[in-house]
Amino acid sequence: MKSMGSLGVLERLMMDVLWDSSTPLTANELKDSLTRPNVSGTPTKQLATTTVLTVLSRLETKGFVARDRSVRPHGYTAVMTRAAHTAGLMHEVLGQVPDRQAALARFIGDVTPQEAETLRQLLGVTPRHTA
Amino acid sequence: MITAAALLGAIAVLLAWPVPLVLARSAWPARSPAVALVLWQAIALSGGMSMIGSLLVYGLVPFGDALPQSIAALGGDLRAGILPAGTSFTHVLALGAAILLGTHLLLNLLATFVRAERQRRRHHALIALLSDPLNGQPGMRVIDHPAPVAYCLPGAGHSATVLSNGLLRLLDADQVRAVIAHEQAHLVQQHHLVLLAFKSWHSALPWFPIANRAENAVALLVEMLADDHARRIVDDHTLARAIALVGFTLAGAIPPPGSEADAAVASPSLPGRARSGRAQPAEPEHPAHQVMPRVARLMNPTVPLGYAATTGALTVSAVLLAGPALILFAA
Repeated sequence: MKSMGSLGVLERLMMDVLWDSSTPLTANELKDSLTRPNVSGTPTKQLATTTVLTVLSRLETKGFVARDRSVRPHGYTAVMTRAAHTAGLMHEVLGQVPDRQAALARFIGDVTPQEAETLRQLLGVTPRHTA
Repeated sequence: MITAAALLGAIAVLLAWPVPLVLARSAWPARSPAVALVLWQAIALSGGMSMIGSLLVYGLVPFGDALPQSIAALGGDLRAGILPAGTSFTHVLALGAAILLGTHLLLNLLATFVRAERQRRRHHALIALLSDPLNGQPGMRVIDHPAPVAYCLPGAGHSATVLSNGLLRLLDADQVRAVIAHEQAHLVQQHHLVLLAFKSWHSALPWFPIANRAENAVALLVEMLADDHARRIVDDHTLARAIALVGFTLAGAIPPPGSEADAAVASPSLPGRARSGRAQPAEPEHPAHQVMPRVARLMNPTVPLGYAATTGALTVSAVLLAGPALILFAA
């Protein structure tokens, strides 16, 4: 994390603001909401608008942020909800996307229905979270 | 030269099929996974060296009576644009095959590592945006997803262990400690390196009957090693229950391939057993069937290999690695 420095932290803070916002935000609005004292974890020092723009363009490259160029100043929105991004990532992790994250060692890999049934009988498990 | 080529060829054939088959079917690796892991790596390396070495030495037979001399002769002849008398088509073919195979394996290894590194960097960036630290512990991240998932993400200086909310809800505190210890063992013992090497071998030689089996065997051994580390922190029963709970829940929770990415999120609770009938089919090359062997050795603890057997297996590994090299130098 150290090498990512404050840019990584700012990316996270800005995404959290954009995810919570129902309307597109301008770079200045984002800057204001980040420097307002009631946002937890906000950097205390004043942010430069150029920094905000840099971080936004990084997020745009990563596919997290969409920029509306038809208005001045440009409006920024989150491309997908946080939950949808998480679902996409977990989809990869769970091996549903061929050859993605293939060398990732999960705690439990793929389990066939037969194995699941054997597990249940073997340990007398009654999972709390299955319907 | 021709004897050396035949000898290396024989080793290559033995290590390509019968030997790995016997190892994959034997029961002792579950008792001493570390020893078995060493043996698998020795078999893969020695098999590759023998195969390439055999082709190379055979192809160099017309060029001289000893390996260094014949390589020098080959270089000279190539510059001069001539071939010595007695060079047949099969010699040229063998030389070409040796060079192609060696280059192919090395480039594939490199490509696999580069691709994995790129995926890992992207994954780290996503995790930084999407997850929260667990109790402020660096390197421990919680991601908000209903499926019980735990995995580790290696990275120079900033490895991460990722746990899902679903996992934290499903398991009690001791079971979570077991999972964390398991994942930390992967990171500390650098298991991703050996997994990547075998994955690369498999993808370089997809038609090779044993590559798939070797990759799955190694993946299972690595899990057993991590389990053994977790057993030092919690008792066997706790770890076994954690594995069973997560395995059972995952079998019902994974949406079938091709469904919408956010299907699991759209439903507020975990999809129940109705899904399990449609859970993914066990494809032949799927690394499935890893859970039961892990649980079995926790339920009925096995005795590790004795001193003699361990020494024997490690000696065999050393001989496997040194053998082809010695034959090559003597050729």
